[in-house]
Amino acid sequence: MVVIDATGRPPMASGAVPRPVRSRNPLDHDVPTGREEAWRFTPLRRLRGLLTGPDADGKVSVTVSAPAGIAVEQLDAADPRIGRSYTPADRVAAFALARAGGATAITIPAEAATAEPVVVHLHGESPRAAAGTAAGVAYGHLLVEIGPFASATVVLDHTGSATYAGNVEVHVGHGASLTFVSLQDWDAGAVHVGAHAYSIGRDAKLRSFTVTLGGDLVRLSPTVDYRGPGGDAELNGVFFTDAGQHQEHRLLVTHTPRSCRSRVTYKGALRGDGAHSVWIGDVVINADAVDTDTYELNRNLVLTDGARADSVPNLEILTGEVVGAGHASATGRFDDEALFYLQSRGIPPAEARRLVVHGFFAEVIDRIEVADLRDRIMASVAARLGETPAEDEPATPAGAETVGA
Amino acid sequence: MTAAVSTLEIRNLHVSVETEEGPREILRGVDLTVRTGETHAIMGPNGSGKSTLSYSIAGHPKYTVTDGSITLDGEDVLALGVDARARAGIFLAMQYPVEIPGVSVSNFLRSSATAVRGEAPKLRTWVKEVKASMEALEMDPSFAERGVNEGFSGGEKKRHEILQMALLKPKIAVLDETDSGLDVDALRIVSGGIEAVRAKGETGILLITHYTRILRYIKPEFVHVMAAGRIVDEGGPELAAVLEDSGYDRYVKGGGAAAPAGAGAVS
Repeated sequence: MVVIDATGRPPMASGAVPRPVRSRNPLDHDVPTGREEAWRFTPLRRLRGLLTGPDADGKVSVTVSAPAGIAVEQLDAADPRIGRSYTPADRVAAFALARAGGATAITIPAEAATAEPVVVHLHGESPRAAAGTAAGVAYGHLLVEIGPFASATVVLDHTGSATYAGNVEVHVGHGASLTFVSLQDWDAGAVHVGAHAYSIGRDAKLRSFTVTLGGDLVRLSPTVDYRGPGGDAELNGVFFTDAGQHQEHRLLVTHTPRSCRSRVTYKGALRGDGAHSVWIGDVVINADAVDTDTYELNRNLVLTDGARADSVPNLEILTGEVVGAGHASATGRFDDEALFYLQSRGIPPAEARRLVVHGFFAEVIDRIEVADLRDRIMASVAARLGETPAEDEPATPAGAETVGA
Repeated sequence: MTAAVSTLEIRNLHVSVETEEGPREILRGVDLTVRTGETHAIMGPNGSGKSTLSYSIAGHPKYTVTDGSITLDGEDVLALGVDARARAGIFLAMQYPVEIPGVSVSNFLRSSATAVRGEAPKLRTWVKEVKASMEALEMDPSFAERGVNEGFSGGEKKRHEILQMALLKPKIAVLDETDSGLDVDALRIVSGGIEAVRAKGETGILLITHYTRILRYIKPEFVHVMAAGRIVDEGGPELAAVLEDSGYDRYVKGGGAAAPAGAGAVS
């Protein structure tokens, strides 16, 4: 949906994009019923009570490996840096902040240029959930601050199993450049609800990648705000939603200062009964945000019957003086002509499908400059595809090795 | 490679496509024999069934064979899947090659060569082989890193098709309107690539074309005229010269051998 309104009416009255309540107090946020726009796609029962903020009975350990010169601290709950870039916009995020009991802070000093990535391992310590038992509840809050004119790569690597409500605040200093990867490589039983808030300084650049592969339910809400003109945010995403998984990505980019740019590119593949992906792409261009350049795109590839992809782009434009504002969303099956073309070159059907999916994701994944991470993601996708039962004759082993070459 | 002669035999081939009004017959009994080393041209007006014939040989699922047979050295081609036909030695250069985003030409070529040859080509010789074939077709090396047919110009797509033919060394190659959409330069380069494959004498070529232009570069020994789903005339190169002068009118309008009313525009 696109709403263009240059009448000067207050946004609440005109909007395509809902304005949520913002408060650190969980009780200020209504308990959703499932009918709200923000919750209508989410299976609330599978949140394992995160909406009521149960006591933590599980653990997500946080281990940071960082090059020298980068500060890693444990902040207590009263530290004023917490909440500087993000005020919770829903109950789960508010509980995460309230129950986390502080935050882990990673600070990259001004003008630092680190080639080596900072890797934050977030590992759900709940033992692999046995049938019928849920992984323990854990809360977390993470602060990442990039000093002015610094450049850095930060990787969040989520593994293991937990019922986890975790917020991430990312503060990109003026003129700084950040590549940020959040990989959700959870075990099958994990539930992960998270707000990822990016605050972009004047002339700063963010390149983010959100890669969701594992978990039973993952619901992430990346948001971008700009603190000055010239900010540039690229939000890339990849997800592979398997049978029974619910993977939801809700993006909100708010253009308030002038001359900022945003690009959203999310690609997902779905496979199997009950696989459900949700992509919400909200972009607001406020009245003073002239010279804005924004485009958002979501493409979903449905590999089998029984999977469902919801894709909802919303663009709200309150000034006409923009460079560009657009969105595209498409959900489809394999391109039969592409499969025919590959098979007509001798490539067996299963291998042809692997190549097409590989190519589909490569456009996004190849942009990740951390080679071992890129390879790990592609290998994970290839492994999942390898499990897809061939509908036709069995693939001959010949040729399989060239995937990913 | 031993130069044993392979034979593609098409007998009484009837092919239908599904339309909203039900199945519609496009090929109405085609007979054709192509041997390795031979070059055949199939010419005919739009809608005569030329492309249907080429897709049916390759096994496109849109086309249903309702009668007749296709065999390669006696083996039933119609019983094989699309990929198995290619591995058996049949190649189709497509009129409209499809984009496969994100799959690089080099990865694609190696995957298909591995499949068709039954083993992965040795990397060192393979790189040389691809390089030499690309140079022959005046293709820039950077081409190999692009996505398959992604943003290719018409000429690039056709050169890429002929590059694949050169690398896969098929027994029988069907070239579906490979000359269409090419400017004079591109036609010369593409024709040169086809001629190089032909000169090796290991491939039988079935050149499907609407125009006689490409026949100035590639001289077929056999020319077949197709109209309304059948081969209605056959001859040597001299037939192409006749068509150049007189066009297809006499096959389409004149109530000729096989142009029943209503057999018109099948694309």
